[in-house]
Amino acid sequence: MVHNARHQACPDNPWGRRLLIFSGVTLALVLIVAPLLAVFAQALSRGWAMYISNVTHPETLHAIQLTLLAAAIAVPVNTAFGVAAAWAITRFEFRGKRILQTAIDIPFAISPVVAGVMYLLLYGTSGWLGQWLYDHNVQLVFSVAAIVMVTVFVTSPFVARELIPFMQAQGREEEEASLTLGANGWQTFWHVTLPTIQWALIYGVILCNARAMGEFGAVAVVSGNIRGETNTLPLYVQQSFDDYNIAGAFAAASLLASLALLTLLLKTIAQARRDRL
Amino acid sequence: MKKSIYLSVFLGLIMLSTAQAEDRLLNASYDIARELFQAINPAFVEAYAAETGKTVTIRQSHAGSSAQARAILQGLTADVVTFNQITDIHALVNAGWIAPDWQQRLPNASSPYYSLPAFLVRAGNPKGIKDWDDLVRADVSLVFPNPKTSGNGRYTYLAAWAFAQQQWPDDQAKIEDFIRRFVGNVQVFDTGGRGATTTFAERGIGDVLITFEAEVNLIRQLHGADRFTVIVPSRSVLAEFPVAVVDRVVARQNTQELAQRYLQYLYSPPAQEILAGFYYRVTDPQVSATHAKQFPSVELLRIEEVFGSWEAAQAHFSDTGSFEQALLAARRR
Repeated sequence: MVHNARHQACPDNPWGRRLLIFSGVTLALVLIVAPLLAVFAQALSRGWAMYISNVTHPETLHAIQLTLLAAAIAVPVNTAFGVAAAWAITRFEFRGKRILQTAIDIPFAISPVVAGVMYLLLYGTSGWLGQWLYDHNVQLVFSVAAIVMVTVFVTSPFVARELIPFMQAQGREEEEASLTLGANGWQTFWHVTLPTIQWALIYGVILCNARAMGEFGAVAVVSGNIRGETNTLPLYVQQSFDDYNIAGAFAAASLLASLALLTLLLKTIAQARRDRL
Repeated sequence: MKKSIYLSVFLGLIMLSTAQAEDRLLNASYDIARELFQAINPAFVEAYAAETGKTVTIRQSHAGSSAQARAILQGLTADVVTFNQITDIHALVNAGWIAPDWQQRLPNASSPYYSLPAFLVRAGNPKGIKDWDDLVRADVSLVFPNPKTSGNGRYTYLAAWAFAQQQWPDDQAKIEDFIRRFVGNVQVFDTGGRGATTTFAERGIGDVLITFEAEVNLIRQLHGADRFTVIVPSRSVLAEFPVAVVDRVVARQNTQELAQRYLQYLYSPPAQEILAGFYYRVTDPQVSATHAKQFPSVELLRIEEVFGSWEAAQAHFSDTGSFEQALLAARRR
């Protein structure tokens, strides 16, 4: 009996295998590929000329700019933070290490909308720091600065989370050898640590970038929806849709999807390289 | 090093967003008014430049008007608000951001344009819908957004109530029966006007969509004029689009004069002409005369007069209010 049951679940049962492959492929087609194709089909449904004019609309261009700006700031900041945190956690013993590890996971654990509301409650006019900022005439919420801040917050765990397990598995023998042979800390980092972690790092950076460009919830809360000023690409998609500007919404969505697909391609390459190590 | 770059970029962004406040204006508006203000703003900028020689920039923020009121309380530096719900301005008045006399500062109780709940039916009006009493017939199914979540839906419900109240002024039982049948005929309650439009126009559900007259005409334009017919009932409620200067913001940014002029401009013939083009009813006698054909005459009741006050009207939508009871009665049937 036991043997029989095991045999049925075994992957060399041809029908079981076919069924699994079939359902896997069907689900992927229905849930992922079809909606993605629909975005591009809808975006182009009124012809290329309309598509080009939607994509080159000043508001669309501004949304692309802002999305890229937020990612261009969030990704380097979080790369520096992620490397430093992973280095500290995997190479040193110190008080509060557990707390640091938990803190890194906080942006993962809480909903982005809550993150946005947290910033609003802290820096908004009725917030703790907000009243002080208001008195000193500094506009933080509902500005580009706030969008950058929440993007940094939401994307902060990606690099660190990618590096920590990798660096833990790797151990610190090579670095210790480098230090015993007389290299200083920076030399060790540049010539020993960085070359070994580079693909894991790149993988983390790409994930971080994908999220920075796609973030909606947190950004929506602090943006203030000022047209041509505080609209990122994901917000612009939603607003065009609400304005009955369906073609514009799908054009912007197709841009966002293209950025995501490009990221995915880079990710696949980086992942292959990393796994080869 | 990375940190200092970050800090300088960050401070740069902050400075950028606070620079030159005097010749820039932020208009916080409701969510479907984007195209409207895209048309009005350049006209204002031109008129202002011709009069004063100064070039100004008008920035727009659009979201649900309740969300906009909350954002202003949290620090969105909107110099003026152009809302579609008077109660959202009340929220700003109560918090001290707008002076209580705001309705006396501009003509027509600070509402430069207005609309009313009207009906959109399938082409040729196959069910013969003419007025509110046709909507409670057993063979008619309705679509309008949920009054609990949508200001638009709230106006619709109050308009139906106001109609019944004029029909049977002293008979509460008859009014309630009418409302129960009205709510019972609703096939889908979407959360907002946008969803209700999709349900009616794209999914083909319901015989009648009830929404603002301005919207009804826009939907015809977007989803095919030959597919739908607009019906304006004999009587409806006045849906005001209140505007106000946000006193606390303009005092800080030194934009009182510009903000005031911007709102006054909405009453000028060129702006009223643009508004009428978007199917909003306007107060300028000459402009409304040229668009008379577009706007069938209708008796409009004020919410304050039918229900006493906006607060009393809102009570219909509390958890024990008349709407909830009508909904329960409709489900029991």
